Amino acid sequence: MPGAVWGRARHGWVVPALLPAINLALALLLSAVVVLLIGESPTRALRLLTSGAFGNGEAIGYTLYYATNFIFTGLAVAVAFHGGLFNIGAEGQAYIGGLPVALLCLGAGGWPTGLVIATAVVAAAAGGAAWAFVPAWLQAKRGSHVVITTIMFNFIASAVMTHLLVNVLIKPGQQSPETREFAPSTWMPQLHDLARAIGWEIGRSPVNLSLILALAAGGLVWLYLWHTRWGYELRALGHNETAAIYGGIQPARTVIVAMTVSGALAGLMSLNEVMGVQHRLLLNFPGGAGYVGIAVALMGRNHPVGIVIAAVLFGALYQGGSELSFDMPKLTRDMVVVIQGLIILVCGALEHALRAPLDALFRQPARASAGS
Amino acid sequence: MSESILLLALLAAATARGAAPLVLAALGGLFAERSGIVDIGLEGKMLASAFAAAATAAVTGSAWAGLAAGIAAAVLVGLVHGFACITHHGNQVVSGMALNITISGLTVVLGYAWFHEGGQTPLLGPGARFAPIELPGVSALGAVPGLGLVYREVLSGHNLLVYIAAVAVPAVAWIVYRTRFGLRLRAVGESPGAVDTAGISVSAVRYGALAVSGVLCGLSGAYLSIAHNASFIRDMSAGKGYLALAALIFGQWRPVPTLGACLLFAFADVVQARLQGTPLPLVGVVPVQLIQAIPYVLTVLLLAGFVGRAVAPRAIGVPYLKER
Repeated sequence: MPGAVWGRARHGWVVPALLPAINLALALLLSAVVVLLIGESPTRALRLLTSGAFGNGEAIGYTLYYATNFIFTGLAVAVAFHGGLFNIGAEGQAYIGGLPVALLCLGAGGWPTGLVIATAVVAAAAGGAAWAFVPAWLQAKRGSHVVITTIMFNFIASAVMTHLLVNVLIKPGQQSPETREFAPSTWMPQLHDLARAIGWEIGRSPVNLSLILALAAGGLVWLYLWHTRWGYELRALGHNETAAIYGGIQPARTVIVAMTVSGALAGLMSLNEVMGVQHRLLLNFPGGAGYVGIAVALMGRNHPVGIVIAAVLFGALYQGGSELSFDMPKLTRDMVVVIQGLIILVCGALEHALRAPLDALFRQPARASAGS
Repeated sequence: MSESILLLALLAAATARGAAPLVLAALGGLFAERSGIVDIGLEGKMLASAFAAAATAAVTGSAWAGLAAGIAAAVLVGLVHGFACITHHGNQVVSGMALNITISGLTVVLGYAWFHEGGQTPLLGPGARFAPIELPGVSALGAVPGLGLVYREVLSGHNLLVYIAAVAVPAVAWIVYRTRFGLRLRAVGESPGAVDTAGISVSAVRYGALAVSGVLCGLSGAYLSIAHNASFIRDMSAGKGYLALAALIFGQWRPVPTLGACLLFAFADVVQARLQGTPLPLVGVVPVQLIQAIPYVLTVLLLAGFVGRAVAPRAIGVPYLKER
């Protein structure tokens, strides 16, 4: 699994810092080839994308709103990765996580906002965790591969939620399958409102308190992975299962705990989308964020700090990408999916391809100076 | 009586049509996985082939050109997978998912830019797709009671790729168990070190396996877009690659049991299509969306219930490092 074979070069920090940048450049270069193939200018596309993502306060707000989703799903995928598990189900876990959040917001019209938020955090995490628990249990106890089961659970989640939205939760007398709008007291506070309260004027955008929750989740994941016994057990299992078992770690329990935590993190994504922005439950609201999480985790090298940086980058791709498609209609949002896949390929599957030469490059001068 | 027999025959024929793409993809996966390479990219290879086949058939008007392009696209994707996993010892699941995601975006981007139909390819005319073939003597034998019906409704009237899928099962079994390549393939998947010691290149066998997998996935993808349907639609593989992989695992990486698993999945799909809107005893009418989930639920149940002790090729998922 990625993360297991990080280099031990002498300039320990150079390669980890440089490699994601080179990988990103390579993935963008490959994407430029695609842009050329459909007859557009890659440099103009990149310029439009960058200004669309960071050009003004509002754009930055949108970038951070998308980034919030990707921090949650990136953390979810990363936690599983540390245990040698590949959670492809973040998409479905986020989707199911939105269900209890929506039910809560629909029912809790009169509650104080703080209480709604606290309950919603628990509800979202529980929903996602429950949807991840079944594949985890099946992997741990029945040996069915978590990759295939989580993919199937994505399809099943989609079917269940479509059924609920089309037949049960739909607002009466309405065509599009979505719930009625929640009462404003159950909305996640917007950051521009919070900023205004302390006398700081920032542009209007959908970025909301969930961003702060996402960053806090990143901190908790860091504590869990590197400063608790469970995190140690998880990483030990991911590095070497035989040694972990010999060391007294129970793989079944560790797998179930890790996948449940992973699912809970994915479920939290729904806070941003359902409670923070749409204020209703929509069909397919995760919109592929679960899959982006894979790319974010790999690019962020499964570390919360890296994940936040990678999530902002992908937020910029999403926000810049939608601006881009206004000016270059040929470059649809699907182009972002291509870039995302290429980044997973370059950062994840081809990680050794560039690492070895880079390691050698930085090791040689060190060895030469040690010899002289 | 005769009506219910006819219904059974129609169900069987629909199952055969539904199983064909699964069988082709699963047999492709069999080569890759037997050589020790996890092939979760079946989905992406099918989709790449479906797009390339439909796009080429739309431009040239030839189904055969479309099929060739589909196979070429799937083989190319397989070789990229090999480049990451064999040459650079990358993580095989990550590489496969990366390719799946890239292709799901790329097919739509290219389709949108080239054909301006919102990511679809133009509808194909009769010459540009594989039409149903009527087997010889249907009119004569079809009148025979019993067997004639089976011949007319179940065996005849499919397109070429369904028959290729049917022939592929014994052919693959023969290649895997009776040829030198098959022996090497299985050996590489179980004990690459031993194969290497015997002076055979592990990488070459694995690249070969991925190329064969590409050809079979190419047939499978072409089936979707230029035989069963008449154009490419975004994400038209719709999880069939994953179902094929599940069928392969459920079939314990052996051709004939894999065929059985594919038929089971296809049958579940036919049943779900027929159950839509039909009231069931005890539960009444089950919503369409839940019925559509039957094949996926079945996959989870099968993998959990019966494959607990599936014996995977021993070296699967492990990159071979010669220097160790």
